[in-house]
Amino acid sequence: MLLGRTANGLYWMFRYIERAENMARLIDAGLRMALTKTSDAPEEWSSVLMSAGVKIGYDNKYNEYNASLVSDFLLRDLDNPSSVMSCVETARLNARMVRTALTREAWESVNETWMILKSTLAQTVPETDLPRVLDQIKRETAIIRGAFHGTMLRNEIYNFARIGTFIERGDNTARILDVKYYVLLPSISYVGTTLDNFQWESILRSVSAHRSYRWVYDVEYNPVNIADYLILNSRMPRSLNFCYSNIVDNLKYLAIDYGKRHECHDMAEGIMTRLENNEIRTIFDNGLHEFLSDLIYQTNSLSSKIAEAYNFD
Amino acid sequence: MKPFDEMIKIGGDVRPPYEQLKCWLDTQNPERLAQKTLDAENVFRKTGITFAVYGDEEAAERLIPFDIIPRIITGNEWRRLSQGIEQRVMALNAFLDDIYHRQEIIRAGRIPRELFIHNEAYLPEMVGFRPPGNVYTHIIGVDIVRTEENQFYVLEDNARTPSGVSYMLENRETMMQLFPELFQQIKVRPVETYPKLLRQSLAAVAPPGCKGAPTIAVLTPGIYNSAYFEHAFLADQMGVELVEGGDLKVENGKVVMRTTEGNRAIDVLYRRVDDSFLDPLTFRRDSALGVAGIMDVYRSGNITIANAPGTGIADDKALYSYMPEIVEFYTGRKAILENVPTYRCSEPDTLKYVLENLADLVVKEVHGSGGYGMLVGPAASKKEREAFALKLKANPKNYIAQPTLALSTTPIMTEKGLAPRHVDLRPFVLVSDRIRITPGGLTRVALKEGSLVVNSSQGGGTKDTWVLDD
Repeated sequence: MLLGRTANGLYWMFRYIERAENMARLIDAGLRMALTKTSDAPEEWSSVLMSAGVKIGYDNKYNEYNASLVSDFLLRDLDNPSSVMSCVETARLNARMVRTALTREAWESVNETWMILKSTLAQTVPETDLPRVLDQIKRETAIIRGAFHGTMLRNEIYNFARIGTFIERGDNTARILDVKYYVLLPSISYVGTTLDNFQWESILRSVSAHRSYRWVYDVEYNPVNIADYLILNSRMPRSLNFCYSNIVDNLKYLAIDYGKRHECHDMAEGIMTRLENNEIRTIFDNGLHEFLSDLIYQTNSLSSKIAEAYNFD
Repeated sequence: MKPFDEMIKIGGDVRPPYEQLKCWLDTQNPERLAQKTLDAENVFRKTGITFAVYGDEEAAERLIPFDIIPRIITGNEWRRLSQGIEQRVMALNAFLDDIYHRQEIIRAGRIPRELFIHNEAYLPEMVGFRPPGNVYTHIIGVDIVRTEENQFYVLEDNARTPSGVSYMLENRETMMQLFPELFQQIKVRPVETYPKLLRQSLAAVAPPGCKGAPTIAVLTPGIYNSAYFEHAFLADQMGVELVEGGDLKVENGKVVMRTTEGNRAIDVLYRRVDDSFLDPLTFRRDSALGVAGIMDVYRSGNITIANAPGTGIADDKALYSYMPEIVEFYTGRKAILENVPTYRCSEPDTLKYVLENLADLVVKEVHGSGGYGMLVGPAASKKEREAFALKLKANPKNYIAQPTLALSTTPIMTEKGLAPRHVDLRPFVLVSDRIRITPGGLTRVALKEGSLVVNSSQGGGTKDTWVLDD
């Protein structure tokens, strides 16, 4: 038994930690793409903002896209609720609220991350420093994950935290693919150009999958394989299949613990079945964009159903 | 005259309780000690042991400075203190019971009735009601100062929602991490049982209708409250839920909390929310921090609230000056611990005296706390005193005055080595089926040279407090 508010705090704490890490990856991928361009690569940066789901907020503030403005918006801007700094602030706020549910190590790791990033991100990060800062963000969130996995009891607290992590991650992966679907789509029928290769690589890079892709598939990037990898592969830790299988598992533990199933259980299992019994070709045939935007929508409603079931709506 | 120093006697000899510590300090490399001070700060920052200062946006989360030199009290000194404290908390509870029932003490003419009329701390809702176990104030922090070897005074009784106990515990934890070798040499009585005792104490006053192990929760105003760390810390250490008003409601005559498995009844609520915010139906209607209807549940005996609503009347500053009479009235014996002589500005002759002697007095607001709104005469400028005199004349009832006490000093670590600073002491007392006093307490220290204000909100720090097992 947990307070509904505590379950809510755990869920959002881990969503925001996950989001902070994803933001760092997205900027990293954007930097890579920009490097291959001679210009300021405004299209690449605009698509990074779109993948991050914050383009509207950005456009309200700036009217040009370049590395320093976009990375500043994604890293430090407190007007942007999804910037790394905003995420870390919100994650820590939630952690403070639920600190009776965290081990000392888990709490301290979040608190230290907050202290470190607060000072790292106190001033604008010069472009030459970006790689170092992005590394630092990924390292900090890795430490939180390590402290959490290494010390937390596998009980309901753990389950709510994990559900938050995977809802956020699934949403993030689906969003990246959806924004880039125009890169993948026209390419099914023809061999991509060099430029397309960079675009594809950037998709994999933004979910840290550019190396592991080659272990599973081919040395060559191929749009069908990339989509297969990120949607249907059950072992790739950021794929939709992987995310949903974890959501389903954690919900199942809650059902066993509490001796009660809710609507959210059926819903999550339904989505999982759709991912398991699907072929990537079929998904492309029926429309990748339609598939992804439906999944984003479903993930959102699943999130509300979970909150409803466990009294934290 | 030089104030009494708890480590070094006049003439330079070391007082016996500090001998071992002083020997050890003399063998330490100053750089190592300076490093330890930084280490301590890092421990506190990492753990998030911070407090909020209201109205100070920049310092939204600050550390209370921690000094690594422990303050030492002998077993004998402690025995006398704890006898005095025990007598005092018994008297406070007896007084509360009386004042909300027969009011014998007023009938006996020992304290004036006017003190209760129009006093916000006195809650008519509590009249005729007897809380479970007949305990009103379960958790008390008694502020004690020392002026001489054998002279202790009670400065204040905190009978509402005293804070600081988490610092007592974390200070000890930090000292044990930093200087394990010291604890092998010097036998110090443990304080770390406090959360367990608090839990036992709260469980012992569960409502009579409660079957089995009572469900206990700590009610906090939330993460923006200055003492939030402590609320979370205590809930965590006791293994009970930390709840906010929004988690609670009244259902079928019980107070329930909203959980992932539906609503669960609470039997004992350790509330860290002030009386006036406790129940919007009974007290402040705009309060979002409390629970609508909790007072009805309380009055029908279905929940224990600790401390009981209305206990504030016992530590009201207007009442403080009557404490010697109160202790004697209910315990039949003279108070073991003395009160600081107190001038009631409500009495015209006394007011005249206070105004004439502002430069030597400390003047406090009757309802103030945390060192806000007080005047420390000797430290104030002429202009500050004149401004304060106007406020005093405008509303004399609102103030009491006390002589400036020569508070004892203990050494702190400064950049230039050890230096004496003024301290006070807040031991923590638990009252239920019996009285439990943790050997130790929170020593607050004024870090500025010569300063007498130890409040953390005004730049005070803390120290670990050792009661020797001798």
